[in-house]
Amino acid sequence: MSNDEIRIGVFICHCGSNIGGVLDISKLTEYAKVLPNVVYTAGNLYTCSEVGLTEIREKIKEHNLNRVIVASCSPRTHEPLFRATCQEAGLNPYLFEMVNIRDQDSWVHMKEPEKGTEKAKDLIRMGVYKASLLEPLEKVQVDVIPSAIVIGGGIAGMNAALNLANQKFNVSIIEKQSELGGLLRFLNKVFPTNEDASNLLEIRNLVENHEKIRVFTSASIEQVEGFVGNYKVILNQNKNAIQLEAGIIIVATGANPLSPEGYYEYNGKNVISQLELESLLKNNKLNANNIIMIQCVGCRNEERKYCSNICCMTALKNAMLIKEQIPNAEISVLFRDIQTKGTIYEEYYRKAREMGILFIKYLLKKPPVIKNDKIEVYNEFLNQIIGVPYDLVVLSMPLIANDDSDQLAKLLKVPLEENNFFLEAHVKLRPVDFATDGIFVCGSAHWPADISECISQSNAAASRATTILSKDVLEVEGSTAEVNVDLCVGCEACIKICPYSAISKDEQTDTVIVNRVVCKGCGVCGASCPQNAIIIHHFTSDQILAEIVTYGGGD
Amino acid sequence: MVFEPKILGFLCNWCSYAGADLAGVSRIQYPTNVRVIRVMCSGRVDPVFIAEAFINGIDGVLVLGCHLGDCHYISGNYEAELKIKMLTKSLSMIGFSDRIRLDWVSAAEGNRFAQIVSEFTEHIRSLGPSPIKNKKSKKEIIDNLNAVKFALYDKRLRALVARQRELTTEGNVYGEIINPQEFNEILDNAIENEIIRHKILEKIKNKGKSVPDIANEINVEPHKVLKHIVTLRARGLVDVDQINEEIPTFISIKEV
Repeated sequence: MSNDEIRIGVFICHCGSNIGGVLDISKLTEYAKVLPNVVYTAGNLYTCSEVGLTEIREKIKEHNLNRVIVASCSPRTHEPLFRATCQEAGLNPYLFEMVNIRDQDSWVHMKEPEKGTEKAKDLIRMGVYKASLLEPLEKVQVDVIPSAIVIGGGIAGMNAALNLANQKFNVSIIEKQSELGGLLRFLNKVFPTNEDASNLLEIRNLVENHEKIRVFTSASIEQVEGFVGNYKVILNQNKNAIQLEAGIIIVATGANPLSPEGYYEYNGKNVISQLELESLLKNNKLNANNIIMIQCVGCRNEERKYCSNICCMTALKNAMLIKEQIPNAEISVLFRDIQTKGTIYEEYYRKAREMGILFIKYLLKKPPVIKNDKIEVYNEFLNQIIGVPYDLVVLSMPLIANDDSDQLAKLLKVPLEENNFFLEAHVKLRPVDFATDGIFVCGSAHWPADISECISQSNAAASRATTILSKDVLEVEGSTAEVNVDLCVGCEACIKICPYSAISKDEQTDTVIVNRVVCKGCGVCGASCPQNAIIIHHFTSDQILAEIVTYGGGD
Repeated sequence: MVFEPKILGFLCNWCSYAGADLAGVSRIQYPTNVRVIRVMCSGRVDPVFIAEAFINGIDGVLVLGCHLGDCHYISGNYEAELKIKMLTKSLSMIGFSDRIRLDWVSAAEGNRFAQIVSEFTEHIRSLGPSPIKNKKSKKEIIDNLNAVKFALYDKRLRALVARQRELTTEGNVYGEIINPQEFNEILDNAIENEIIRHKILEKIKNKGKSVPDIANEINVEPHKVLKHIVTLRARGLVDVDQINEEIPTFISIKEV
């Protein structure tokens, strides 16, 4: 017997009466017996029972089987079990193939048992043809560096770092400013509790004094290399290059308010931004009685379609704080829509109205006009222009993505959305993950988030990160893509197609290489490669074509 | 006797295959005509597979993936959509279309899976058997399908489809974004040219033929055939076979 002789064993499961009660199992075993390379066939009452599994292990040895097929239920539920059984008998688990004759046959053709049996014959034959071409594969193992890098030292970044450090992981925070704290440093009080922002900033002491946290301020990222479990990041801090290693990276770079320059006669004196108002309130320097706030300045328009999420609550907070300080102040909020989601924020809004703060709706196409002594605003309900006197106008500017988010995204090889905020892997199901394993996002880097959202997202990102950091070794699927360097011409079409950045150019050979740790084995690159130079292991073109040809030609 | 079509289904592991399993768990009955090949992602389905399926006498092909926006691999189903669109155009150029359906089935849509299989089986049944089962037209259709298959293997069409999303959204190396309409025109043109070229190659695989003869056989105007012969010669795929009474015949000289 030569070593490369293919010896297939086919185990056909009755699944009690689930399959056996519909399909003719003895016909199927007789049929499978004569298929090419099949040397053993058996029907089992339950192949997945201990009796069935033992039989698989014994027959592998007894008949020198080097391919195993189980025709039973769905590989989505039972493939891992049968693969493990093969492995126990010394057979590479990737030499196992499963044929679904229950979920996709006996259960759905209960009234047509003969046709169902014919279908099962085809499916088993297709499985046999594929199995003949299966190749042994190895799972890849990589060590995990049990430390984290958090980019950005605002409330989200600090909280994520603290969370991980308290779980005994080493964390490096990289902050481009000269101190930690982010936008929180400029705030007076925070909604909805109206407590001092400085209370929340106390987290800085915890972070700076934590034995597991290293803080790099005035630092920028120069280079990012590696992949999940093994990232190498080079920083530039005061022109010194510092190299850091980490298993995961959390992006918490936050956002910045849009500059009010050029909007609504902004002058920084009697027309100021909401952030400047915070500073006046903080330093007790507010001196005005008629105050008008304008919402949605420079956003929710054609240029910036999104809602900045935090401005409604910020305006409500500041309006109420002023009203508490100066009870007879006249405060009007010119808005397009007020967003106060949930229970507490809506309550906050009601309270503001009860305090006598006026809310006047304006339209995007008819924005308010600032005159010398009053603001003229068209009101749709009255169908007329209202004049409101002012001595201070406050503009609610949206948070916008940082200027350098584009650059950082390129270094990390993660995507941005149209407004240059970082784009998560899935809006609902994976809100703090990137498609690239081992990189996570939280806070306003993702979209404008208020403090409680920053805290929940950063806890989420830290928690997702520990699913990697807590492992010594990551094991990844063996069925990945591989480039045939003899055929590859380095056109790079696959690099753009791969959503996981698993493919990169090898400048020396001018071909591409697949990082097997990062590759998820979807196979899209292989189906797209102009040179047909990419092999998708376990779903190779040859294997799939063998299934097609035998089905088509098997009249 | 009722015609029972042979249907092949490519199902992605994460959504549509799971949807098909759910149909089973829910005991939803549907026609027995489909045989499923499981792939990890609908974007794995190389158009060549489908051309090969038709060459091998399969009457209809279903490609099912996750709903757009829900792909387990983020964007694989968008790639599948572009590939199948290109393939459908290619097949329509040889008068062989309407036997493919690309659709989306989530893991929770057992009913929808069963419904798509039932509809598609009925649709193929109403079309009748694949034209390659007709003895008269069999050779012609297989030649044409082979021309499509080799055009799909060819790097030109593959490169265009592989770069389609990049070129129409991010732009080329110069940052120029090609508008989708313009891109479609380029693609249509490339499909047509490549299929004609491979039709020509099919016709002169074993025997040298003159331009007018080829033109007649594949029903394309002679001056166009000549232009394609020139291109194919430049690619090193065709050469002059012999010259009879000043009329040259051409022959394919390389396996594509």
